[in-house]
Amino acid sequence: MRGFWRWIAEKWVLLLGFVLLAYLFVPIAVVMLLSFNQPASRNTTYVLDLSTFDFTWHNWTDICGAAGLCDSLMRSIYVGLSATLIATILGTLISFALVRYRFWGRGSTNTLIFLPMATPEIVMGTSLLTLFLGLQIPMGFLTILIAHVMFCISFVVVTVKARLAGLDPRLQEAAMDLYATPWQAFRLVILPLVLPGIVAAALLAFSLSFDDFIITNFVTGTSDYTTFPMFIWGSNLRGIPPQVNAIATAMFLISFAFVIAGQLRTRRRSARRAATS
Amino acid sequence: MTDQDLCIENVTKTFGGFTAVDDLTLTIPDGSFFALLGASGCGKTTTLRMVAGLEEPTAGRITLGGLDITRMRPYKRPVNTVFQSYALFPHMSVADNVAFGLRRKGENRADTRRKVAEMLDLVQLGQYGSRRPAQLSGGQQQRVALARALVNQPEVLLLDEPLGALDLKLRRQMQIELKRIQTEVGITFVHVTHDQEEAMTMADTVAVMQAGRIEQLGAPAEMYEFPASAFVANFLGQSNLIKAEVTGQADGHVTVDAHGNRLAVPSARCRVTSGTALLGVRPEKLHLADGLAAVPSGHAAVQGVVTDASFTGVSTQYLVRAPWGSELTVFVPNSGIAAPALPGAQVAVHWSPAHSFLVGS
Repeated sequence: MRGFWRWIAEKWVLLLGFVLLAYLFVPIAVVMLLSFNQPASRNTTYVLDLSTFDFTWHNWTDICGAAGLCDSLMRSIYVGLSATLIATILGTLISFALVRYRFWGRGSTNTLIFLPMATPEIVMGTSLLTLFLGLQIPMGFLTILIAHVMFCISFVVVTVKARLAGLDPRLQEAAMDLYATPWQAFRLVILPLVLPGIVAAALLAFSLSFDDFIITNFVTGTSDYTTFPMFIWGSNLRGIPPQVNAIATAMFLISFAFVIAGQLRTRRRSARRAATS
Repeated sequence: MTDQDLCIENVTKTFGGFTAVDDLTLTIPDGSFFALLGASGCGKTTTLRMVAGLEEPTAGRITLGGLDITRMRPYKRPVNTVFQSYALFPHMSVADNVAFGLRRKGENRADTRRKVAEMLDLVQLGQYGSRRPAQLSGGQQQRVALARALVNQPEVLLLDEPLGALDLKLRRQMQIELKRIQTEVGITFVHVTHDQEEAMTMADTVAVMQAGRIEQLGAPAEMYEFPASAFVANFLGQSNLIKAEVTGQADGHVTVDAHGNRLAVPSARCRVTSGTALLGVRPEKLHLADGLAAVPSGHAAVQGVVTDASFTGVSTQYLVRAPWGSELTVFVPNSGIAAPALPGAQVAVHWSPAHSFLVGS
């Protein structure tokens, strides 16, 4: 018994770590498990009762089986990619302007760019809806895209700016001193060094756009441009199709694969560095 | 004047209301090692950046070998820079850093590889080509920056405080190294520094800058022995400057009255010949004697009291209070000939008039 308490005293930090990890991962594990369950009815999609667990591959083999599910998924991916592309380009340009140049209104731009991050989504959603109604812009893909680009830009600017600020401004001069035109200096020196920041910003923008519900819900209006989060919310009223769990699991696995690939790359690079030094 | 001289003609650069470089005219001969020396903010780096094309002069002209480069884009000039922070490209290997300029100029692969290898050998980094800059020490990074600029065989190499980030021992080593490389490649080096010792050790010609203008320009020894102004006298090494009134001129000498002492300075060593002036003597050119009677004939002398003696190894530095209250610094080599003077001792400080100089106050 004393041995047990001694073991606890020595390992409690480690144990606490495991408990916390479990806390973080149990919900994901439940979704994964449920993706292999055939619920008795749509109202029991989220009931995990091991006594009635009915194993099936059906949710995976017929992943688009539920009406409208894959359409909404494709819409979300399409909106996400478009918003990410536009917000990343605009946000990167803004970051360069804010870090590289001194101009009238730079200070206030620097502050105002944070505003969309600080504003509650519910406020932003209602004000956007009012704006679009006032300007008589028809609700649908365009209004959703405008809204998503808007709230993604702030995050892109913050992420890219951090990376740019850490860059020695002499690097650009050194490249130009070594016969690189301004464009070559950007492409060969500045862009490769800022790229990790831009990629991180793009990933962040995509994930923000992909799962945004509140603002999207306002600016979709009465149109039938239903994104994935809105589809889930809507079907929740009638009962969620079990395929949602399969899609959620797949999305998790894809993100996880990205993380692992990134880790492996970093590890391989540091191993190569260690080998050459 | 040969063909590839770098000429700066009446160049002025202002930033808002601040004049960084003020009507500067300067010719840097082809193949020379030229140092721009000055305290921070004196305009030396701005001058360098205008030659590199990273700043545009507000007025004036810069020519290189007769070609007007005043407004030429930096990437079109046959000039390369070694930056103070080195500005090595962190995402490229050492070899790729060095090859950068050659590749932009469209050199073929084989030539690029050969030149890069030769240049890395020249700076003794032959085995380090595949490393990243972050894996090298400060001194090694400095040499990569040098190789990256030199490999392009520029007409002029600009060095902006290149040794500033290195520790003292490494700096000495790199000074000799830089001098060796310059002699070997024969390219014009323009070296910006605030370290007077560095400027004097390395350069053929030194220009002392202050407030955007050149105070004096010349060979290091020449400037040290006969500075043009009180500023140069104190910026290049140390000087004892004694306030004096010019009283007259006679047989090749200017006579002055310094706090009641009648002293003479050879006319050839006088920057001013009338009014109030400063008589200067370097501390190592001053000697100590027990009393005025012991002063060799022909030497000028003043009496004083030793207030401090500090032993520095090769020499002893004395502070001697003159009757008018100011202190003179005297360096006496520890050659073992004379017994050291003790603080409080009455002494005569004397010097050969040929070692003194007169500058405007």
